[in-house]
Amino acid sequence: MTQTLLPSAAPSPRAPRLGVMRRLIRNPLFSVPAAVLLLIVLAAIFADLIAPMSPTTANLSAVNIAPGGEYLLGGDGAGRDVLSRLIFAGRLTLLGSATTVGVAIALGVTAGLIAGYVGGWFDQIGGWVANLLIVLPGTIVLVALFAVVGPNVILTMVILGFMMAPNFFRVVRNQVIAVKNELYVDAARVSGLSNGRIIARHILSVIRAPIIILGASVGGAAIVVQAGLEFLGLGDPSTPTWGGMLLDAFNNLYVGPHLMWPPGIMIGITAISLLLIANAVRDALAGTDRSSRRPRRRTAISPVTGAPRSTAPTAVLPAAAGQPEPLASTAAISTLDAPAILKDTAEHGVLEISNLKVAYATGREETEVVHGVSLTLERGTILGLVGESGSGKTQIALSTLGLLPAGGAVTGGSIRINGREIVGERERVLSELRGKTIGYIPQEPMSNLDPSFTIGSQLVEPMRLRGDLSKAAAKARALELLDRVGIVDPARVFKSYPHQISGGMAQRVLIAGAVACEPELLIADEPTTALDVTVQAEILELIRDLQRERNLSVLIVTHNFGVVADLCDSVAVMRSGEIVEHGSVADIFARPRHEYTRLLLGSGLENAPIRTLAAAPASSSTVSEES
Amino acid sequence: MVSFIVKRILAGVVLIFAITAIVFALMSISSENIARTILGEFATPEQVAAKQAELGLDQPLLAQYGSWVSQALQGNLGVSWFTAEPVSSAILNRISLTLSIVVAAIVVAIIISVTLGVIAAVRGGVIDRIVQLFSVVGEGFPNFWIALVLVSAFSLSLGWFPPTGFVPFTQSPAGWLATIALPVAALAFGGIAGAAQQVRSALIDVLSRDYVRTLRARGIPAHRVVLRHALRNAAPPAITVLSLQFIGMISGAIMIEKVFALQGLGTLAVTAAIRGDVPTIMGVMVTMSLIVVIINLLVDLLNGWVNPKARVQ
Amino acid sequence: MTAPLLSVTGLNVDYRTGRRRSFRALTDINIEIAPGETLGLVGESGSGKTTLGRAVLGLAPVSAGSIQFAGNEIGQPSPAQRRKLSRDLQVVFQDPYTSLNPAMRVGDILAEPLRAQGVSRAQARDRVAGLLGEVNLPADAADRFASEFSGGQRQRVAIARALAIQPRLIVCDEPVSALDLTTQARVLDLFAEIQDRTGVAYLFVSHDLAVIRAISHRVAVMYRGAIVEQGPTERVTEHPTHPYTQTLLAASPVPDPERQRERRLARLALAASA
Repeated sequence: MTQTLLPSAAPSPRAPRLGVMRRLIRNPLFSVPAAVLLLIVLAAIFADLIAPMSPTTANLSAVNIAPGGEYLLGGDGAGRDVLSRLIFAGRLTLLGSATTVGVAIALGVTAGLIAGYVGGWFDQIGGWVANLLIVLPGTIVLVALFAVVGPNVILTMVILGFMMAPNFFRVVRNQVIAVKNELYVDAARVSGLSNGRIIARHILSVIRAPIIILGASVGGAAIVVQAGLEFLGLGDPSTPTWGGMLLDAFNNLYVGPHLMWPPGIMIGITAISLLLIANAVRDALAGTDRSSRRPRRRTAISPVTGAPRSTAPTAVLPAAAGQPEPLASTAAISTLDAPAILKDTAEHGVLEISNLKVAYATGREETEVVHGVSLTLERGTILGLVGESGSGKTQIALSTLGLLPAGGAVTGGSIRINGREIVGERERVLSELRGKTIGYIPQEPMSNLDPSFTIGSQLVEPMRLRGDLSKAAAKARALELLDRVGIVDPARVFKSYPHQISGGMAQRVLIAGAVACEPELLIADEPTTALDVTVQAEILELIRDLQRERNLSVLIVTHNFGVVADLCDSVAVMRSGEIVEHGSVADIFARPRHEYTRLLLGSGLENAPIRTLAAAPASSSTVSEES
Repeated sequence: MVSFIVKRILAGVVLIFAITAIVFALMSISSENIARTILGEFATPEQVAAKQAELGLDQPLLAQYGSWVSQALQGNLGVSWFTAEPVSSAILNRISLTLSIVVAAIVVAIIISVTLGVIAAVRGGVIDRIVQLFSVVGEGFPNFWIALVLVSAFSLSLGWFPPTGFVPFTQSPAGWLATIALPVAALAFGGIAGAAQQVRSALIDVLSRDYVRTLRARGIPAHRVVLRHALRNAAPPAITVLSLQFIGMISGAIMIEKVFALQGLGTLAVTAAIRGDVPTIMGVMVTMSLIVVIINLLVDLLNGWVNPKARVQ
Repeated sequence: MTAPLLSVTGLNVDYRTGRRRSFRALTDINIEIAPGETLGLVGESGSGKTTLGRAVLGLAPVSAGSIQFAGNEIGQPSPAQRRKLSRDLQVVFQDPYTSLNPAMRVGDILAEPLRAQGVSRAQARDRVAGLLGEVNLPADAADRFASEFSGGQRQRVAIARALAIQPRLIVCDEPVSALDLTTQARVLDLFAEIQDRTGVAYLFVSHDLAVIRAISHRVAVMYRGAIVEQGPTERVTEHPTHPYTQTLLAASPVPDPERQRERRLARLALAASA
């Protein structure tokens, strides 16, 4: 069921290389500006055929005349046809921009490739020169150099190309270094590919896209800079350019205010087209167009309170105030599959989930990832939620916190904590519950601490907000907690930043944070998956101790049956958004009823036979290598 | 930390030397052109040679640069070849105007772009689309063209602002505000466009991090997570972008000064460049480089302050 | 027949971390692998197990000692040597997502090592079809991009790439760590089946004692850049003598509540006595 090719291959996006081109052409944010740009370039090339008049012939009767009639866009300050000048001006402007981009790419890409792939002194000097050039105020340097260069547009744009080259240098160098450390380049090296072939095959294919993106935006910037210089009167007055036309418009601002529109709009359209093309290429390569990215981000921080579509199932009894329940010794799970159990139970669990549905919005469609899951966590017990990746187990954990990631929402069912419905609850109420009633232990220790704040301040902040402790009391409590979770030097760790402590310590800090405001319910999402086994054993021991000490109720999400066997009272096995089996740990391990549970337990390697060397006699080598 | 600052200052000094040396070298290559420019088209070769000797342009390049540097280090940037005004006083007379509009523009740009960026990242929707559109439009249209549009709309048509001129703050705060409003708006326009988009994407990136969820799981309200934690972590890329915008605005100010007929550093540089007034050009370059170096130093310090990793190392 | 295929003696690896400072990643490593044998290398993060695999591949800076493959020194191979060596020595990396170039088709990925060895295009295409069959992927997989496959399928592609030129030794760097439990078991079966069929030897690196136990003929335990214990799988994984191996064994949870309780108590006792 895991190795069939079609199910996972079919819905995935088409091949990147082909797909990018196709997606680009279909995207109006690419095809429209690309078509506009093509039109502008063609108009400039065939200006002689298209332009209604000569761009240089002055007609005194046409000086500053308004648009209309024979002079479609009016006449300029010298009585020349604005439209014709506009078309011809494209030539030098576009040529200048192309020159800058060409010089910058030739220089920056070559140097970046060498610096990235070879490194050493070339990289150091290159980086230094790039840093120097990149902070230069480019226009000012070009203004200063006018004294030397004179009104030579192309030479000026070559110099601008030099100043823009560091942009390419940096991008290419960083990309090359990143790619050089990719495993597939290592694999190519092991395959015996020469450096030249590695660069050609693996590196050029990766840097091509950033070069296109950067090239388009540098091209846009070059047009703007060139126009600026011409506007200052530092251009070539004998050839029409859009910048030069703007200067003419400025000189006639009071008498011919219409003159500023055509060249300004042309510059804007050209530069914007280039920028849009760059953006579209970047989006296409990131594999995310705007529409699919939008909902994800918005929900990332706004409360995820999708209104439940179905009301809470009748099987769930109304909340009867938070009466602590005696510690359940046996199976602590109930589901809708077994409504009888629910109806017979007079008390409710700390956490009751019934018929929970979670869905993610992808574009306009909605994909349901949890299909009506029900489970109950009894007070003072540990429930393991087991399943493989994509089974939806983490979605349940995050729904309980009301913190589903972007795009996800609870679309049905109910989640009750101490009998209180939290689905559809307001964000303010949820954030009151978090920390104080529900604690959360995440998976990755390092990425779950804010790198910009000290460990201490991250522990103190929620205690002051939610626990209403004074600063001093919160600090004392934080130190106490750090000590409790087994941190050797709490005072030092309190003052440390996350990057200064180890992963194991970070996970202890996160556990301290989870229990800081004394919650009754702990949600642990793969709390030991990122840790070494020896550290994992210690962390499991810590969770066990804290659970006993505080009579916590714990929902632990894991893929590891060893962790379940070690820690849990009961277990629920998930597959593809559904619970296939649940029961006490003793029962499930001894008598797995569902085929999938048996498959999972059977995939464990602990009881696999030890292999023996079939062909080669191993005796000589084993003897010689005993250390 | 101290060694970091010293290193940065040294790098800045090197930068200034490098820029002035390059510009100086290029100027000297065409010293004959310069002499001819000063004397006019009809000067005889003898006159040109005499002028070159008078200006010291016949000296070896290194000697010229050496004497310029030693003078500059004593605060003497020479005298304009055309107006006989000391370069340093010409710069001092104009720097306050240029800095007024550039600093005001960057402050406006920071406030608006951070606000827009935060709202776009957090709320999405219409404001997000507007920010995205604005960033493309603002980068595509040259700021001086925006200035022309503003002048023709608000000064010539509506008459709300004076189209040209500058009133120092000390003379009349209201007049100062009226005269710099349009230049600042035109300059800030592009800055906002570039920076708001960057603030937005930096913030979106941070908001997708694991620790944001963990902080919220501890009961810290969403708005507090955004304003206290996410913004702090999104600051380094935003600061870098804003510093580049600042440098861009110094360049952009040249054109803006022309549109509003402001006597700032930019106008000085353009006039000097057209005439070939080497001492003035060099003076402006030194001043601009100094400003750039100071900005970069401040940005490094600021980044060190917001980013503990950079601070501890 | 008894001559080792790979023999590493007295190997040190140092990474430069600053102008004059360096970090010793491996200290005095001695291992041997016979043809057709799997040596399991187990250790926790930072133990140097991955570095040892990379050193054998010529991807780590060897500062002392020797690495011999079929009697030839291969410590720091030149590009020409490397090309010759790659005929016999291949690799499967941990992360099936970054070890395959996302911009290349599976067919091109598999043909790359063949083409580097001078195999003609047509022959390479035939071989690719055969390889896909060997790792139980459908033949049309050659026309797809690696990004279209699941983790387990990608790892099969990576295995097929390693097998392409019929090497004699494959360095497997945590090849099943990123996979789900059921997938992991299947991929391990594939590794074993290929070995039984082709007689290729594995240097198999993993942090998971259960994985190492299931695939290896012999096991070497690494801790802080050194090998602390080495021997036949059964002896090392069931009756370890070195305290670190004992700790490692006691810390690995067993999916059986009864046995896990015993193991936990044993671990606590071990920790108390230490």
